[in-house]
Amino acid sequence: MAPSLSSFKTLRLDGVSRDFGTVNALRDLTLNIERGEFVALLGPSGCGKSTALNCIAGLLPTSRGAIFLDDQRLDILPTEERGFGMVFQNYALFPHMTVRDNIGFGLKMRGIPKAEAAARVEKAIETVRLGTQAHKLPGQLSGGQQQRVAIARAIVVEPPLVLMDEPLSNLDAKLRLEMRQEIRRIHAGLGSITIYVTHDQDEALSLADRIVVLRDGMIRQVGTPEDLYARPAHLDVAEFMGFRNRIPAKLKTRSGDAVAIDVNGVLLQGIAREEFKGDDVIAAIRPDDLFAGETNEGGIPAVVEAMEYRGRDFFGSARAKDGTELFFRASRRHAPGETVALIADPARLLVYGAAQ
Amino acid sequence: MSSVDYHSNPGLKARLAARGLDSVTLLVLPAIALLVGLFVYPFLYGLWLSFNPKDGSLLGNYFKFFSDPFLYDTIGTTLKLAVPVTILNLVFAVPVAFRVRLMKNQRLLTTILVLPITLGTVLVAEGMLNYLGPQGWANRIMMLFGIISSPVKLTNNYWGVMLSLVITGFPFTFLLTLSYISGIDPALEQAAATLGAKASARFRHIFLPLLIPGLAITFCLSFVQAYSVFPSAVLLGAPAGPTRVISIAAYQAAFEEYDYSMASAIAMIMGAVQLVVVAFVLQIRNLFYRGPAGGAKG
Repeated sequence: MAPSLSSFKTLRLDGVSRDFGTVNALRDLTLNIERGEFVALLGPSGCGKSTALNCIAGLLPTSRGAIFLDDQRLDILPTEERGFGMVFQNYALFPHMTVRDNIGFGLKMRGIPKAEAAARVEKAIETVRLGTQAHKLPGQLSGGQQQRVAIARAIVVEPPLVLMDEPLSNLDAKLRLEMRQEIRRIHAGLGSITIYVTHDQDEALSLADRIVVLRDGMIRQVGTPEDLYARPAHLDVAEFMGFRNRIPAKLKTRSGDAVAIDVNGVLLQGIAREEFKGDDVIAAIRPDDLFAGETNEGGIPAVVEAMEYRGRDFFGSARAKDGTELFFRASRRHAPGETVALIADPARLLVYGAAQ
Repeated sequence: MSSVDYHSNPGLKARLAARGLDSVTLLVLPAIALLVGLFVYPFLYGLWLSFNPKDGSLLGNYFKFFSDPFLYDTIGTTLKLAVPVTILNLVFAVPVAFRVRLMKNQRLLTTILVLPITLGTVLVAEGMLNYLGPQGWANRIMMLFGIISSPVKLTNNYWGVMLSLVITGFPFTFLLTLSYISGIDPALEQAAATLGAKASARFRHIFLPLLIPGLAITFCLSFVQAYSVFPSAVLLGAPAGPTRVISIAAYQAAFEEYDYSMASAIAMIMGAVQLVVVAFVLQIRNLFYRGPAGGAKG
């Protein structure tokens, strides 16, 4: 019988791997997830995050490794016996069933008595705020409403684990923000585990308790959103987390994690995130932490190429003497061709080894 | 200063274009000409001809048809062949299509299955006469393994025609069914599985309801094809008795009795029977969901 929500404590992924022919789409995914946690699998397309989700759901057989819910081994069970809820990217609503029947499908398959099932369906409809739409077919609903049905259908069976595969990617920007809060609220009400796959770092940062960054089928970093935002462990993770500036530099001095680097003859302070092999390093910094100052002191000189108004401030791109493209923040509009000095916040300038 | 009047009504050309009529519309003319010349005109001519029998009365042909068992029995004889053949083809096609849908190399199999269509009914009938005849491979092998002691009569009767209709009709039924099954979003089955539905429940609750409208269309097309059986009923059947199908009656009226008016009447009756069956099946189809079988709005 499918595991019930009431009893479990931990979901354990132990070396879960999946090969497609000779390609290792997923390598050694090992992770313990506690009950109540919201975990985001984050990475660019092709990083193996959807493969991981499908392996957990049982839609793809694993090549190696095991999945446990407490002591019960799940990866040997077919999908229908795992009892996980899943929200698909295209929602996968049954087009010939009404909203109510879609949501009630899982309860019907579990043989829940009709009266109890009806009551739970109504409660789920209320949870996702679809009261007036319950009699409609999915084709008559908007994208956001279909999304709510898909979520309700997955959670009504009170699964120990809810899997979400980029559920917001088909929605417009405003609805996406709204649904984020909804998903977080529903997760909190359910008290189960949610594993959420996305390529959108903002989504992962705002939703998850813990983020797992994947690349080439391997875990690159696991941490809280704060960890990943402020202290990416690798340059590629940093780039993915929004450190758009990659500035080649020479290492001057290092004491502990505090380093001094030379960028085109300008001395900058930063924080080392790993051991370096030589003195060629890469400094990574977010555009928001690189500021166009009014004086030329202590900044990286660069020629402005384009400016963009953002409301509260300006966002610009410029080119340094050695040709490096730099993205920065400014308090006023600088003319293209103007030389500015870009000042880096030393606490937010992360330094990685250049040898990749 | 010259001014253009922006406020007057748009010209005739613009108004026609707004209703979807522009010069591109002319491209349908050859098709319409073809349709009128090869279908509409012969049909109307046949209809008119059927009401002008030799005896001069309006409904003479129809009275004659429905008062002579040798003629009106052909309706039942043909139905007895066409309906089971169509159902059998569908029953075979659905599971095969379900398996083939998951295969990577569909093209080879599809090519093999389409071959009988390209061969034509006459060649298949000739082949079956040899293969299923008293001295054919089928009987010899069954006798070799002791399944039967004397040859079974598989040709020149009902079963010979039925088998040949299954063989020539199956590829068509299969290809249509496969296209309908492939049109169902695989994520729907996956979603049903995550909700706890076993394979049989997934078929019953997801695939079947989404497939029925397509199967109804497939039934109609396969049925119409089987109902107009002629060559195999003559070659493989017993055209004087158990497989005296309606097209044989029409043929005899036209080319043995030279009564084109009667032949037209029989053809009209044949069309009417097909129409009734098709209308009935489509009516049933209306009871089911007929929208797109994808998961999202698309």
